[in-house]
Amino acid sequence: MNGEVKKGYVRALDIKNGRVDMSHGSGGRAMAQLIEELFAGAFDNEYLRQGNDGALLPTAGGRLVMATDAHVVSPLFFPGGDIGCLSVHGTINDVAVMGAKPLYLSASFILEEGFPLINLQRIVQSMAAAAREAGVPVVTGDTKVVEQGKADGVFITTTGVGVVMDGVDLSGANVRPGDVILISGSMGDHGMAIMSRRENLAFDVPIESDTAALHHLIAAMLETGAAIRCLRDPTRGGLATTLNEIAKQSLVGLTINEEAIPVKPVVAAACEFLGLDPLYVANEGKLIAICAAADAERLLAVMRAHPLAGDAAIIGAAHADPHHFVQMKTSFGGRRNVDWLAGEQLPRIC
Amino acid sequence: MCLAIPARIEEMTTPGNAIVNLGGVRKEISLALVDDATVGEYVIVHVGYALQKVDQEEAERTLAMFAEMGQLDELRSEPNGTAS
Amino acid sequence: MKYIDEFRDGELAKNIVANIRREAATDKNYSFMEFCGGHTHAISRYGIADLLPVNVHMIHGPGCPVCVLPIGRVDQAIRLARERNVIVCTYADTLRVPASDNLSLMRAKARGGDVRMIYSPQDALKIARDNPQREVVFFAIGFETTTPPTALIIKQAKDEGITNFSVLCNHVLTPAAITHILQSPEVRQYGTVPLDGFIGPAHVSVVIGSQPYEHFSNEYRKPVVIAGFEPLDVLQAILMLIRQINQGRAEVENEFTRAVTREGNLKAQAMVSEVLELRRSFEWRGLGEVPYSALKIRSAYALYDAETRYGIGYKPVADNKACECGAILRGVKKPQDCKVFGTVCTPENPLGSCMVSSEGACAAHYSYGRFKDIEVILA
Repeated sequence: MNGEVKKGYVRALDIKNGRVDMSHGSGGRAMAQLIEELFAGAFDNEYLRQGNDGALLPTAGGRLVMATDAHVVSPLFFPGGDIGCLSVHGTINDVAVMGAKPLYLSASFILEEGFPLINLQRIVQSMAAAAREAGVPVVTGDTKVVEQGKADGVFITTTGVGVVMDGVDLSGANVRPGDVILISGSMGDHGMAIMSRRENLAFDVPIESDTAALHHLIAAMLETGAAIRCLRDPTRGGLATTLNEIAKQSLVGLTINEEAIPVKPVVAAACEFLGLDPLYVANEGKLIAICAAADAERLLAVMRAHPLAGDAAIIGAAHADPHHFVQMKTSFGGRRNVDWLAGEQLPRIC
Repeated sequence: MCLAIPARIEEMTTPGNAIVNLGGVRKEISLALVDDATVGEYVIVHVGYALQKVDQEEAERTLAMFAEMGQLDELRSEPNGTAS
Repeated sequence: MKYIDEFRDGELAKNIVANIRREAATDKNYSFMEFCGGHTHAISRYGIADLLPVNVHMIHGPGCPVCVLPIGRVDQAIRLARERNVIVCTYADTLRVPASDNLSLMRAKARGGDVRMIYSPQDALKIARDNPQREVVFFAIGFETTTPPTALIIKQAKDEGITNFSVLCNHVLTPAAITHILQSPEVRQYGTVPLDGFIGPAHVSVVIGSQPYEHFSNEYRKPVVIAGFEPLDVLQAILMLIRQINQGRAEVENEFTRAVTREGNLKAQAMVSEVLELRRSFEWRGLGEVPYSALKIRSAYALYDAETRYGIGYKPVADNKACECGAILRGVKKPQDCKVFGTVCTPENPLGSCMVSSEGACAAHYSYGRFKDIEVILA
């Protein structure tokens, strides 16, 4: 070898060609290097820099909200996002819909042996960017490696903590007859973006996931002082499932208007192709808000003024119903039940 | 039964195959069951195969039929009779 | 979406519904069977039954190939996946059908069987090409709409000399099922099951044409109107059936003229005849053995017939005793009449064929129409 080896030279991770192996999870030097070069650099903040097993955080001035979510999405990279930013947005949203200001995140990774480091880097950088943009740092984390075949590349679990201001009380159990239902935008974007990339479906479809952090939008909504009963993000199972959950929790009936629900034409078309119903398709950057009727228009205006909710709409209302059904007035003038999703929604040929 | 959708042929690809477009969603399908399909025509697509061309004139005729007034009304409002 | 949105127009719907209300004679009862699961789905999804006058009833027929697929056939596919290390390619519709031993294809996959969901038979053939060292079986189901693609793929496999691919053929025939329903004892006795006419399947008819239904209207004196899948198509077909009844006619009419002709798609029919032939009898779940109602692969293509290739026999499996699917499929009973509907038998835990697919009468009623059974207070 020509020349001298520089003092203190440490062979860097070969991100371009390297893969995760069992040593990266063993707690030894290899793991420390993975964490240092890949994770710590990307997420860098004062709490991570403490370098301890747990992050020491300042006192929070109010009631705490904590939420956790495991992300196992496949494919890992999809139009509009990836598992990394999805895991940040998802947990921020879970905290924010409780009416809390999200403060900190933790991220735990389960890596599959053989997973390419270049993909891991891409995911971590995406997460870090999402966290930075949202202003919510990842303050602590964990890494484990499992044998090939035991994970789908990578599983990420994020946990978030936030603080709720006094007087804010959002819950799926708060809805009363007469309350109005609003949604922040078009339904079905994320689920169809994912579905179009699934193996053996191979549709060429210009749909992007709507994955986004909603806490700033929610803060603006709370600031209006509107009597908001409940906020929820309609993720797995879509709008229909989330409404059924709320109906059951609040012991009310909910009726929505099909014509009022915004669905992007290309999402509607993709659903037609596969025999899916947009009401049941996942969203990752949308929310449902239920508020007192008197405040609905005001809340809608504030939502529409926000870049993430330009297509917000009033879609229905709550009413007394001993059976807690969710019903829909079809564009036809007919009525039908909007039931819970029975199992995973799969494409059909019949 | 048999979910099938009408889609526009956008582009011919390999012999017997074409890319169809439904509302912006594009998919390559087989034209093996349909004769003389051309770009711009619409076909009914089921499990990746075109089953038949959509007859555009008949489609118009059907839509017009939906808009027709009921037969009883037509009988009642005869040109010489009293309108109901 | 052209040819879709216009056929869902709410204003036109109002017009057709007004016509129906005007022309349905108040002193008559009209009971129509929509044979096809897609029509059941359209009726439920758009709340069409809600718009009809009270004397016009829709009866859900057995036109759901997943619903009528016997448990024993799903067992065959599961056995291939689990015991013979075969890659089983299936449409998503069949993944959740419960079979014997508390299994389904989805559960077999969870237990290590290589079961893959596909959108088109072409995907299955591609999997065979991409995995030359494995054997691939395409679990083919469906009525006449889905049959020509299966026939084509078998022919294509033979032409390309692909040897690791075969098909488990469960294609069934629509006219045979309709005959079976019309001949059931309850229907023949007037007053027991009123069945005044049929809404004929949309896409099956694209393939077979309107001609095969002339037999029913002639022999059984029942009008048939072939309808497209969109809600306006269905409403118009109901209107056309009402008119036929009022005028004492029993003919085959075609509402879906934009895609259905009298002779159908001859090219597709020829392809099917070349590769497949009639089975003498086939068990339909809920209906029992129905003669000349299903297809099998011709001996010239025996290499591509999974049944002969793997020598898997067929073992019929009886349905749960409490299951009323047989009567419901014939239109003799309604889902609500079944003792286990909505309690033991739900879409999550279907006991019988009518609950298995989202288009089965029971599943459709459970998901969409349940609220009509009980009084609901509206906003």
